[in-house]
This record gives sequence, C-alpha cells and structure tokens, in this order.
Amino acid sequence: MKVTIIKYNAGNIRSVDFALRRLGVEPLITDNPNEIRSADRIIFPGVGEASSAMHYLRNQKLDKLIVDLKQPVLGICLGMQLMCSHSEENNTECLGIFEQKVRRFPEMDVKVPKIGWDNIYSLKTDLFKDIPEREYVYFVHGFYVEKCDYSIALSEYGIEYSAGIQRNNFYAVQFHPEKSGVAGQKIIENFLGLKQPLTEKKVAANS
Amino acid sequence: MLTKRIIPCLDVKDGKTVKGINFENIKGVGDPVELGKHYAEMGADELVFLDITATNEKRKTLSELVAKIAAEINIPFTVGGGISSVEDVKILLESGADKISVNTAAVRNPQLIKELAETYGSQCVVIAIDTNLVDGKWYVFLNGGRVATDIKAVDWAKKAVELGAGEILLTSMNHDGTKDGFALDITAAISEAVNVPVIASGGAGTMEHFVDAFTKGKADAALAASIFHYGEVKIPELKKFLAKQGIPVRI
Repeated sequence: MKVTIIKYNAGNIRSVDFALRRLGVEPLITDNPNEIRSADRIIFPGVGEASSAMHYLRNQKLDKLIVDLKQPVLGICLGMQLMCSHSEENNTECLGIFEQKVRRFPEMDVKVPKIGWDNIYSLKTDLFKDIPEREYVYFVHGFYVEKCDYSIALSEYGIEYSAGIQRNNFYAVQFHPEKSGVAGQKIIENFLGLKQPLTEKKVAANS
Repeated sequence: MLTKRIIPCLDVKDGKTVKGINFENIKGVGDPVELGKHYAEMGADELVFLDITATNEKRKTLSELVAKIAAEINIPFTVGGGISSVEDVKILLESGADKISVNTAAVRNPQLIKELAETYGSQCVVIAIDTNLVDGKWYVFLNGGRVATDIKAVDWAKKAVELGAGEILLTSMNHDGTKDGFALDITAAISEAVNVPVIASGGAGTMEHFVDAFTKGKADAALAASIFHYGEVKIPELKKFLAKQGIPVRI
C-alpha cells in the first residue's frame, strides 16, 4: 500500500512519519501532485497557522488537488481545519471540503489553546473500529469545528465540538492520533484499513 | 474532561539525561531514548526534553537525538534549550518535536515569540520561565538561572502570552531539586494571570505535591525529573493517587 503524507509548511509531519513507521509502513512525504494522486492513502497533517498554510498550498497548487482526491484522506488537526470552508484564524479561506467554519474557542470559560488528553465519544465509522467510547486522545488546538452532520467523534471544551468529521472519502480528526499512544496508533491502523469509498458526488461527476 | 498532565522532564547534556540539584551538581541518570520510551509506556502524558547546554555547534547533535527519541515514543514531545531563531525551531520540528520551548532568547527578543506563533501557531510555542524569589517578589532569571533580571515573572508571562505563547512552563529555582513541593503561590498567580495552560515545575518530591500543584497551584500540568528518573514516584501509582483525590487524569 502506498501511503503519502502531503508535504507543506506545517510542523509535525515527521511525527506522522514516525507513527506510520511504527506500524511498519514507509510513507512517502511529498508535494509532488502525481505522487499524491497515485497514493492509496493520503495523510494531510498539520501543526501550524491556517493562513500561511493555505497560502503555501495555493502557491504549490495543492489546494485544488486535495479537494479532488478520491482515495481515503485523513486530515489531522490543522489539516482538518483547512478542509473546512473558512477559519477564524487570521480570517482564512480554506479548502471547503466541509462547509463548516472553524472558530476560536471562547476564552471566557476555558484556557486557549486546549492542550492535553481528553476523551472522545459518539464515535462513528470504521476509523474508530475497536476504539472504546470515552477513549483518551491528545489534543492541541485553539480553534474548533462545531458539532455537525459530518461529526464522527465529539469532544468537549466549554462547548461540545467535532473531534472528528467525515464526508465521502475525506476523514479528519482534531486530535493527534500520531501522539495518542496505543489508541492513536489503532486509529491510524484503522485509517489504513478503510475500504475505498465510492462517493455519490464523484461517481456522478465521472459518469 | 480535559485531564491534568504528568510530564517527565529529560534534561540532557552531551546526549545523556542529567538532573541538577538547584541547577548545579549535575549527574547522569540515563539514556534519554530509553527513558523517553519507558515513560511513554508508563503512562506519561507528555515529555519535555531540555538540552541544558545547547550551543550552536551542538545543534545538529540535538536534532539527531530528538529524531531518535521521537521515533520511539507515541506521546507528545516538547524540546527546549538554546533555541533562539525560527530556523532553530524549524530544524527541531522537522526532527520530530511537537512543541518547542524558548526561555532566554524570548526575553532578549520578545518578537521571536510573535514570529514563532505566526509561523508555526501558538500551540507549539512554550515559553519557559525560570523564576526566583528575591525580597518577596518573583523575578525572571535567564541562562539556566545564572543571570538575574528586573522583570517580574507574572508580567513576563502576560507579555509572552500576548505575543503568542501557547503555554507557560514555570520553574521555581528556589524549589527545583529540593523535593519540598512546587512553588504554589507563583504558579497560581501566573495561572490566573494568563489564559493558556501553565506547567508547574521544580520541587516535586511526593505524590501530595502534585495534588497541591493542581489544586492550590491551579496548574494544568506538572513536570518533574529526578523523582521519576530514580523511581521515587512511579507514574501509574501517581495517577491512581490523583484520581482518588478527584483530579482528572488519563489512566
């Protein structure tokens, strides 16, 4: 299986690389469009800032490429936020795979960013296969995606929000599976094992 | 519910883990890669890796060691020591660090915090503050505690957060290595003054000290080195103890 990590100006790509290697997978870290398009699984990681990341993706023409991907894609943290339509982080237009807007946690109730281990619940899809409800995973984020029809995992921080979202072949998690111990490793393993989805939109477009 | 974090700290000098008593009399206590892996398996919530003698010539050695540790562990990992530029941070993040911790260079050049936050996001910028009680007031100290300043710790913490710091790692030099407990008053004062997580550091000796850090000290995380390295407090037992006291922890 060819697993590709999208290379861009966001941190922690190496952590994802290491996590995959611990599972015996040697990922390709690349911004080469052909290498990304031909992969079986694509990981879109990210620790960073939304506007500089989007700027970079646009300059490299990776923005359109990501939106058009048809194989399972896993967005992580900033990667998940960039898959949404807009982020309040420096008022950034994002990729728009999900129409949700990314908001900053209201500071009145909680410390921002949220840093640490918290539980996830209302788990859906095979991404969370064999992961118990209320499992602890590691979060580091100041912005969030609200609870919505695409939510496949929830968490709480002052408010209830999406710890994971999914639409067609696009999966995304707000937490860091690559840093979430044994549970996180299992989630990455589950992602690698996901069946290739046939998406209604893409099927229609191709027919 | 977000849990309180237990963070073993690996102070590293020339590739080996060491722990100073009041930042002096350093002696080696083990291989950082082995220790890091061990702590991850024991249930540590995070690791902090401080290169206490970092110099430019040793930067490459540090990034290689960071890569070795990151390859072995599946929990978050902060790296600090001698970081003074965006380029330094780039190398460490590329080596596998999740967050970076800046101390002296941020005081000397506060704009560095802004630059780092704008480039990599606040969530990976930890500002480490070494503080010492002088005439009843907590002041910031630099260069591993060797250089005094007239900056008050609370003021600096506030400014650092305004500039984009995502977390404060507060070490009380008066308490570090004493095993008499954390500096609860200044930890609580900073935790209340800023709206980012505060890691209490310096002085852990017993499991009760951790309870105090999270309750009276209002800390979000507690860091210790020697008591973990020497097995005086074991992380699984500590977490059970904290849970019994009603403190949310990941078990």
